[in-house]
Amino acid sequence: MGNDNSTEMTIHLKIWKQDGPGKKGEFISHEAKGLSSEMSFLEMLDVVNEDLVRLNQRPIEFDHDCREGICGTCSMVINGEAHGPDKEITTCQLHMRKFKDGDTITVEPFRAKAFPIIRDLVVDRSSFDRVIESGGYVSVNTGGAQDANSLPINKPDSDLAFEAATCIGCGACVASCKNASASLFVSAKLAHLSFLPQGKIEQDARTLAMVRQMDTEGFGACTNTEACEAACPKGISVENISRMNRQFLKASIKER
Amino acid sequence: MSIKPNTELKSNAPSGDLQTKWQRHRFEMKRVNPANKRKFNVIVVGTGLAGGAAAATLGELGYNVKSFCVQDSARRAHSIAAQGGINAAKNYPNDGDSVYNLFYDTIKGGDYRSRESNVHRLAEVSNNIIDQCVAQGVPFAREYGGLLDNRSFGGAQVSRTFYARGQTGQQLLLGAYSALMRQVNKGTVKMYTRYEMLDLVTVDGVARGITTRNLVNGEVESFAADAVVLATGGYGNLFFLSTNAMGSNATAAWRCHKKGAFFANPCYTQIHPTCIPVSGDYQSKLTLMSESLRNDGRVWVPKESSKGKNPVDIPESERDYYLERIYPSFGNLVPRDVASRQAKFRVDENNGVGATGVAVYLDFKEAIGRLGKDAVSAKYGNLFQMYEKISGENPYETPMKIFPAVHYTMGGLWVDYNLQSTIPGLHVLGEANFSDHGANRLGASALMQGLADGYFVIPYTLGHYLGSTALAPVDENHDAFKASVMAVKAQEEKLFNIKGEKTVDDFHRQLGKIMWENVGMSRSKETLTKAIEEIPKLKEEFWQNVRVPDDRNVKNAEIEKAGRVADFLELGELMARDALEREESCGGHFREEHQTPENEAKRDDENFCHVGAWEHNSAGWTRHQEELEFENVKLVTRSYK
Repeated sequence: MGNDNSTEMTIHLKIWKQDGPGKKGEFISHEAKGLSSEMSFLEMLDVVNEDLVRLNQRPIEFDHDCREGICGTCSMVINGEAHGPDKEITTCQLHMRKFKDGDTITVEPFRAKAFPIIRDLVVDRSSFDRVIESGGYVSVNTGGAQDANSLPINKPDSDLAFEAATCIGCGACVASCKNASASLFVSAKLAHLSFLPQGKIEQDARTLAMVRQMDTEGFGACTNTEACEAACPKGISVENISRMNRQFLKASIKER
Repeated sequence: MSIKPNTELKSNAPSGDLQTKWQRHRFEMKRVNPANKRKFNVIVVGTGLAGGAAAATLGELGYNVKSFCVQDSARRAHSIAAQGGINAAKNYPNDGDSVYNLFYDTIKGGDYRSRESNVHRLAEVSNNIIDQCVAQGVPFAREYGGLLDNRSFGGAQVSRTFYARGQTGQQLLLGAYSALMRQVNKGTVKMYTRYEMLDLVTVDGVARGITTRNLVNGEVESFAADAVVLATGGYGNLFFLSTNAMGSNATAAWRCHKKGAFFANPCYTQIHPTCIPVSGDYQSKLTLMSESLRNDGRVWVPKESSKGKNPVDIPESERDYYLERIYPSFGNLVPRDVASRQAKFRVDENNGVGATGVAVYLDFKEAIGRLGKDAVSAKYGNLFQMYEKISGENPYETPMKIFPAVHYTMGGLWVDYNLQSTIPGLHVLGEANFSDHGANRLGASALMQGLADGYFVIPYTLGHYLGSTALAPVDENHDAFKASVMAVKAQEEKLFNIKGEKTVDDFHRQLGKIMWENVGMSRSKETLTKAIEEIPKLKEEFWQNVRVPDDRNVKNAEIEKAGRVADFLELGELMARDALEREESCGGHFREEHQTPENEAKRDDENFCHVGAWEHNSAGWTRHQEELEFENVKLVTRSYK
C-alpha cells in the first residue's frame, strides 16, 4: 500500500505553544526524527506528542477528530497557510510526502479576534455557531412535512445549493483573510438555503440576521482578496459573497 | 408505570398485528400536555444524527433541554462522516419497494437477530425522515426533472438509498444541527460543547442526571434532570484502528452500564469491506470508502499466474471477480459482513495485493468505459479525491486497494420498544443502543436509525415516561450528585498519580491488536479464550504503568483519552466473553467452529435466537437473555447467491 514509496524523514518544527487564554505564547522548536513520508501531518504530530510524553513534557494540544476531511475540527496554519500547502484539503488530509526531508515547518493556530485561543493550537470557534443560531435554518418543526417529491427543484439550483452546503465550518476562510472576515462561511450557508424554495421564504430576515451577527462577533469586513476561496478545503466559491452582498442590500432596502 | 429497573428485559412492544403496532402504541402512550412540557428538564448527550435530532425535536415540543457534546460544535459529531446514503421505502424508482420490503431486508440483513417490532417501526418512519430532511433544505441528489434520485446499497435488490454525493451524513447532520441551533436561539435548548459525560447519576435506581468534565478547564460538575437521553455512538474505536473519528468512544455508555444498564450483544461488530488499508505502525485511523462505490466498482484479485503484476496490465481473463463468481444474484452488492469475510479469505489464501499483501482491488475501469469519466466523477468525485490524497494513487487510472476495517457496532445498551434502557429514565438512541440491526447492519441504515430514533420515536416515548412516572424533585445538591462528582474526581486523580512509563496510546494500540487478532473478523474458542486472559492483564498494567502528563484544570487530551481507554479495556473483555458465549455464527459474528462447507455463517436458531444482555455486578458480569420472537418473518439461511 502506501509504504510502497515510504521514505524516512527528519523535520524541524516550530510550533505555537500557549498555556491558556490570555497567556503569553511562543514558538518552540522540536526536531522530529524517524518520520515516514506516508504519514499524515496529524500522525506526525501524534508521534511528536508521544515523544514529548515519554520525555516527561506536556504534549501540544491540537483539535482533530474525523481525520478524513469532513468534520472541520482540525485548524492549523502550516507555513503560513491555513491547512497547509496543498489545495482543497484539511490539515488531516495533508501528508508528509508534501514536504522534504530536513524541512523546517511552522505550525500556528487559526488567528482571529473572533477565534480566541484556548490552548496551543486549539481555538474557540463558537462564534460560527452563534452566526448559524441567528438564522441559518429553515423554520420548520419536526413532523407534518409534505411528501419530498411534491417539491421538485431544478437540478442546477439543487447542485449549487449542495456545493455551498459542503462547507465544513472549519474557519480556514477566516484564518487566511487579512481582515479575519467570515464572509465565505456566512455566504455559503446563505447561498445553500436561498438556492432552494424551502429557504426562499425567510431569505431576507436570514440574510440580515446572519450578516449582523457576523459583525457582532468581531469578524472583519470583506475586501475581495479571495484568499478565503484559495484556502477553503471544499473549494467554496467567492461568488457566494457577491450573492450575499446583493441579497443583504436588497433586504436592507426592503426593511426600511 | 412503575419505576422498577427492567431487569426481566421486557420489550414492552404491543402484541398483535405488526403493521399497526406503532400506531396503536402511539395511541396508548401517555402524553404530556403542551403547557406542562416546559416543567420537565431533559438531558441529551451527543449531537450526532440521533442526539441532535432528539434535542431539536424535544425543544420544539417545549421541553427544557440541555444538550452536551465532546466536540467544539454540535455540527462535528461523527455522523458527519457518513458517506453513502440513507434508506427509505419511498418506492420512487417504482422497483417494487415497500415498508414491508425494507423491514424484511433489514431483518434478513441482520441475520435474524433483531426485534421485529423495532425494525418494522424503523421502516415505517423511514419515509417521514426523507420528507423532514427535504423540508429543512437538505440538498439530496436530484434528477433533471427535479425529483429525488436513488441508488442501491448492499443487501437490497431495489434502489432505495437517498444521497447527497458522498456526503450524505454531513448534509443530514447539518440539517439536524440547524434545527438544533434554531431551538438554541429560541431558548428551549441550552448547548454545552466540549463537555464529556463521565457518569450517570441515579437516585433510587432512576436516572436523574449526569456528571461531566468541562474539556476546556477541567471542571467536574453535575446536571440534574427528569430524564437522560444518551446518543453517544458506538465503540468501534476499542480496536484502536477503525473508521470512527478519533474522539468516538464508549465512555458515556460504559459508565451507564456500570450504573446498572445492561449491555446487549457486545460481540456484534461490523467490519466494513471497503476501507483504505493500513500503511504503517504510526497509523492513527482508517478511512472508509463508501459502500456506494460497489454500485459501479468491481472487486477482484489476480489469478495465480498474474500475481504481483501491475493491475492495469492484468487482462480480464486473469482476474478473479470473486464476489460476482460466488454470489451471482447480488454480485458486488452482498452485505458488508459477507464481502469482508471473502476479502479476508483471499488474503488468507495468499491472493492479496499491494506491498503488504493485505488488500484487494476495487476497480472502476468498466464503469468509466460504460458511463464516462465525468459521470463517475459526478457520483463519486469526493471519494476518489479522498482516496488519492491518502494513498497518492489516482483511482481513475489504477484500481483502488481496499481492505476491511472496523466500522460500526451493532451491540450497545439494551433498550425496550420505547428506547428505554434497563435503568428507568435512561433512554438510548442511535448506534449507542442495540436494537435495530441485529448481527449486521445494512448500508445506509445507520443514518436512517439515528434520525428515526431522534425525530420520530423518542419525542413520543419520552413523553410517555414523563407523563406516567411520579418523579420527586431532585437537584445537584442531592447526595447522589455529590458522590458522583467525588468518584469522577477520584478516578482522574488516580490516573494522574500513576506516573508510569507507557503512554495512553501504547495501551490502546496493544488492546487494539489483541482485539483485531482474536475478536475480529473471525473468532474461535481458542482466540477468544486468549483475549479473555490477555485483556485483564493489560488492564492491570494500565492502572500501574500509564503516564498521564500535564494538569487537570486545562485542555488536556491525554486525560481525556486515558479515561476512555480505561473503559475500552473493560468493554473489550466483555466483547470477548459475549463472543465466546454465542456458540454460533451470525452476521458480523463469525465463529470458525460454526460455518457451512462454503464458509458461510451457520446460525443456531434453536439455542441462540435471543439477545445476550450483560449485567455488570461485583462478581463481574451476569448474562441475561431476551428471546426473539419471529411472528412474521420465517427464519431461513441467509443466501445472496
